[in-house]
Amino acid sequence: MSEIESSAGGRSPAEQIAALSGPFRGSKQTTLGGLIADGILTKNPVFVLALSLCPAVAVTNSVKTSLAMGLSVTFVMSFSNLFTSLFRRVINSKVRMPVYILIIAVLVTLTELFMSAFLPALYQQLGVYLKLVVVFAIILARAEVFASKNKAWPSFVDGFGMGAGFTVAMLVIGIPREVIGAGTFWGYPVFGAHYQPILMVILAPGGFITIGLLIALFKAISAAREKSASAARRSIAVGGTAEVSHG
Amino acid sequence: MAEYLLVFMSAVLVNNFVLTRFLGLCIFFGVSTSFEASLGMGVAVTAVMVVASLFGWLIYFFVLTPLDLTFFTTICFVLIVASTVQMVDIVTKRFAPKLYSMWGIYLMLIATNCVVLSVPLINVENEFNLARSLVHAVGAGVGFWLALLLMASIREKLTHSEVPDAFKGLGIAFVTAGLLSLAFLGFSGMIAL
Repeated sequence: MSEIESSAGGRSPAEQIAALSGPFRGSKQTTLGGLIADGILTKNPVFVLALSLCPAVAVTNSVKTSLAMGLSVTFVMSFSNLFTSLFRRVINSKVRMPVYILIIAVLVTLTELFMSAFLPALYQQLGVYLKLVVVFAIILARAEVFASKNKAWPSFVDGFGMGAGFTVAMLVIGIPREVIGAGTFWGYPVFGAHYQPILMVILAPGGFITIGLLIALFKAISAAREKSASAARRSIAVGGTAEVSHG
Repeated sequence: MAEYLLVFMSAVLVNNFVLTRFLGLCIFFGVSTSFEASLGMGVAVTAVMVVASLFGWLIYFFVLTPLDLTFFTTICFVLIVASTVQMVDIVTKRFAPKLYSMWGIYLMLIATNCVVLSVPLINVENEFNLARSLVHAVGAGVGFWLALLLMASIREKLTHSEVPDAFKGLGIAFVTAGLLSLAFLGFSGMIAL
């Protein structure tokens, strides 16, 4: 039974994680502030890792839903990391994947119940996508790569940082989509009555194209940075050898 | 009969799971670099979706609803999908080894995947009957497959074109998907359900 379970829920995430753990391995950030900065900037889950893209795009057609999705994911990720870390000595490593998935599923169900009780309109808008937070690869990846090897508090903070990064990314996609596609921000008109909104941007094609453009933008920025960094390094190296030859 | 045909066509074209609902993007962008892998993946996803929809439907209407436990739907369905994948894996390995060699490796990749999980969820949320659920699942699978094949064909061409550096890889893939999605938008309004 345990073998069946572990391979049923296990191999796929394990494979995904094997592919994913590369970027995490070099992490030397140990301070809590560093962990949060890691999540938001250097390892931002959506843009840098190009993960959890699936349901993320669908709800970015307005700022409100983007923020709601981001906050839900932050909640789920923080607490799934916390509980994974607390139970890390009790969980049999053979069935760890199904256990992580169950922890995440319980937290997602809590989020769902909370939203349907207190924010029913938003719950309707998020629809099936809120439930699909269960299968976000990034949440499982953090549980496996970070929380299962670290103490409770750092794990919680790591989950929070990753969630915050996800929220920022959702807003980076969501704000231009709502502003251009509906001419509003948080439901309030931005451009005045004469603006003719480009409806396509809040529809599905707009989501794909916006993300494509953003990915290209981030790539161009990081390429430009790398170029200047390597140029600086080269100049230092040249300066160094020059000094040596002088000496 | 006509109703089921409409459900099918709507799931394939109008509400295409990849291009209008953004589901299964991880597989979509991951696998569509190769045409053959896309073929295998499409078949595997369709098979798992249909079986998972069947079990999901049965459990939702015969276990969860009578016991008033519908808030367990998400948890249950995750487990159903994971065990369905395992089951399909065992059955095809035993009875259809040729088929298994073709798409076996893709099965495990979809154990926790949003597109496979979403179909049973959407079925019970809209309270489709069993036949309609299954037709919807087949339609979703075929739609996924169609999108995957279209994308794979385009990406094969893309490897020979000069793409600006910043757009190489995922960037151009997303813009391409956007254009495909725009084309599929043309189907909306064709079928009113």
